[in-house]
Amino acid sequence: MDVANLDLQIWRGDGKGGDFASYRVPVREGMVVLDAVLWVQANMAADLAVRWNCKAAKCGSCSAEIDGFPRLMCKTPIADYGSEVRVGPMKAFPVIKDLVTDVSWNYEVNKQIPPFTPSEKEINSSEPWRMQQKDVERVMEFRKCIECFLCQDVCHVLRAHDLKSAFYGPRFMVRIASLEMHPKDVLDRRPLLKGKAGAGYCNVTKCCTEVCPEHIKITDNAIIPLKERMDDVYFNPVRTIVRRLGGGVPKTPTSAE
Amino acid sequence: MSKTAYETVETDVLVLGAGGAGLRGAIAAAESGARVLVVCKSLLGKAHTVMAEGGVAAAMHNVAYQDSWEVHFADTMKGGKLINDWRMAELHAKESPERVLELERWGAVFDRTWQGRIHQRPFGAHTYPRLAHIGDRTGLELIRTLQDRAVHANGVDVHMEVTVFKLLKAGGRIAGALAYRRSDGSLILYRCAALLLASGGAGKMYRVTSNSWESTGDGTALAYDAGAELRDMEMVQFHPTGMVWPAGVRGILVTEGVRGEGGVLRNKEGERFMERYDQERMELSSRDVVARAINSEVIAGRGTPHGGAYLDITHRKPEFIKSKLPSMYEQFLKLANVDITRQPMEVAPTIHYAMGGVLVEAETGASTVPGLYAAGEVASGLHGANRLGGNSLSDLLVFGKRAGDAAAATVRTSSGASKARIDPAVIERAIAELMAPLDRPAGESPYKLQAEIQDVMSAHAPIVRDAPGLEAGLEKILELGRRSTTCGTGGSSSTAFNPGWHTAQDLHSMLVNAEALLRSALERKESRGAHARSDYPKTDEGLTSINIVVRKLSAGMQVNSQQRPPMPDHLAEVVHHSYARYTPEATE
Repeated sequence: MDVANLDLQIWRGDGKGGDFASYRVPVREGMVVLDAVLWVQANMAADLAVRWNCKAAKCGSCSAEIDGFPRLMCKTPIADYGSEVRVGPMKAFPVIKDLVTDVSWNYEVNKQIPPFTPSEKEINSSEPWRMQQKDVERVMEFRKCIECFLCQDVCHVLRAHDLKSAFYGPRFMVRIASLEMHPKDVLDRRPLLKGKAGAGYCNVTKCCTEVCPEHIKITDNAIIPLKERMDDVYFNPVRTIVRRLGGGVPKTPTSAE
Repeated sequence: MSKTAYETVETDVLVLGAGGAGLRGAIAAAESGARVLVVCKSLLGKAHTVMAEGGVAAAMHNVAYQDSWEVHFADTMKGGKLINDWRMAELHAKESPERVLELERWGAVFDRTWQGRIHQRPFGAHTYPRLAHIGDRTGLELIRTLQDRAVHANGVDVHMEVTVFKLLKAGGRIAGALAYRRSDGSLILYRCAALLLASGGAGKMYRVTSNSWESTGDGTALAYDAGAELRDMEMVQFHPTGMVWPAGVRGILVTEGVRGEGGVLRNKEGERFMERYDQERMELSSRDVVARAINSEVIAGRGTPHGGAYLDITHRKPEFIKSKLPSMYEQFLKLANVDITRQPMEVAPTIHYAMGGVLVEAETGASTVPGLYAAGEVASGLHGANRLGGNSLSDLLVFGKRAGDAAAATVRTSSGASKARIDPAVIERAIAELMAPLDRPAGESPYKLQAEIQDVMSAHAPIVRDAPGLEAGLEKILELGRRSTTCGTGGSSSTAFNPGWHTAQDLHSMLVNAEALLRSALERKESRGAHARSDYPKTDEGLTSINIVVRKLSAGMQVNSQQRPPMPDHLAEVVHHSYARYTPEATE
């Protein structure tokens, strides 16, 4: 194959500022954006900061914005672009250096979500659990998440409005859905969804679903069902009337929060 | 703050690495009441464990009722060509079912049998279907489950993107470690009473590997420098099926699950060549056999256009392939433009796993240095001369827990260790060495040296070795070692997220691993498992009781042949017993 040159523009800089720098990269057949970035690192800019690990779209480390679109660099063929491509860091998170951003907020959020909680009876049973494939498949979709945080990056609540204090973001809606819909989990996380997790902030534009490299239907299969569960308790008109009439039953759950 | 100033952080158990073994060890130590600090080079959840695809081996007999720990033990020993630490193999076979079921109670979601039990798939050299799995992303499920368990456990803290570059001792025991934060180069002195190495393998010393940038053999090198013994370093596994095309993806893993689900290997003439190498087990023979078979076909001129073999699963229904091997389907479609439901894959051997590593005690994971423990790929013994697929994830769980328990127990019995005085001159010298490449702007590029190490190892310690090649390789590695002492960072003298500087640090680890591999391979004058020599093509029965062990002396690396205690009769009987072959009709 003929060796063509690619004009690879990589954002260089840190928290104080920066700009795109241009690098000429010889293109090989089947090359992905990460290959080109690592070629620059090995041959032209040794201190170019970039995260990557598996190089096979399984670890979710090499998230970046390629021509402005959030993608995994290891899964984006150069051939999908012309002779020029622009790679920048995720914009929803503070830049540390070059393509590396500070994603620690996500790890803090994860700690706030009460973990998997089976019933006492299930914990104490000496028999291995039985679950049917069709019952676990729903949860498996959510557990495919590789935590690339591209959905967090594209979510306008986090990206444009920086409402990280009010909304956990799509990744953690998926996380909560994986727990809530686990056949053996008994904890009720609806108060959390309504409160700190801020599920109400999502207005269902489905941008997160569009960027998910694992093709998780984040909005349709995780967020909307969670919103429905939440609404069922908090905004159900029948329950509201019963409550107003002083019955007080059924109560809103308070187990998680 | 000056570049050489450091912050001191105290803990009871310091865990290096946040893959399966590190996290399982951290959970165990924390449950025993120890304060635990996990240090990892990448972000949490990105460790190489996520790349494990096929499954976790455990004799739960959910699919084949004939399975038992005995058969798993026998398969592991035979796969390892009998140089395994038999006690480790016994513990592993007995305890892995419990460790898998425990993961499920922590929220892991496995594929199910029709009765609702955990499903188990067939895999190479396992007599019965034994691998509990979640499609082909078992490693991700395992790491996510352990990650969530660890961050919600009491007393576990995690330092992400921190590299440890020196283990510190006081009075002959491990007392701490020195590390730098990758983000800004600031230094940390960790004080601890026990240290658990769980830092994975060293595949990055080869050019074509399934391993990530992290797998530079840091743990083995740190342990070696601290005086610990390393065992079976000549035993590195070529996984038979890595991607070969396009060039950018060369080496990326193609799960053995493809063969487990019925995939067949063919050469360019369309011949199912495994008939010539292992007629009975065919594609599901052990990895060393399949990898050499593909290599032989290519050498004989029967390879595919890009120098490999065809792996074909198109006889299975597309829906079956997409549900059982979803990430393989996606990987080939996206990276190679190949639809595996309609076209065969092109595959060739890729460096995948280090069977060798830190010599540990079977029950506790204790190394030969007091206070230093190791578990997972960085340790050695369980897999002997060849690891069976699926035995790595169970290894992480079984020995991660055991080492975590033992490390926590050390804390209780050696309360003074974390307070003992560490020689400040040692700290000063280690920091000076760390910083030196920053002051050599004109020094050689660390990337260039890294590439040269990879070229030497690929050429001189390939799938089939010989003495002249190994000796020449050793000369070159020693010369690269001398050059590495004057290497720079590739230009920048900044400590802020500077991968050139980080790569300069990794060189030392890679060189120690490479030297140990070459010296051990020269010492083992036979062919056994993953170690094949054209000048000694036969297995020498006399060496079955021998492990090659290296350690650091002031004069350099010392290589010893070490006698292993013989296997007790009751275990030897288990190994040599003839087990009924698996036939799907015989399942429940």
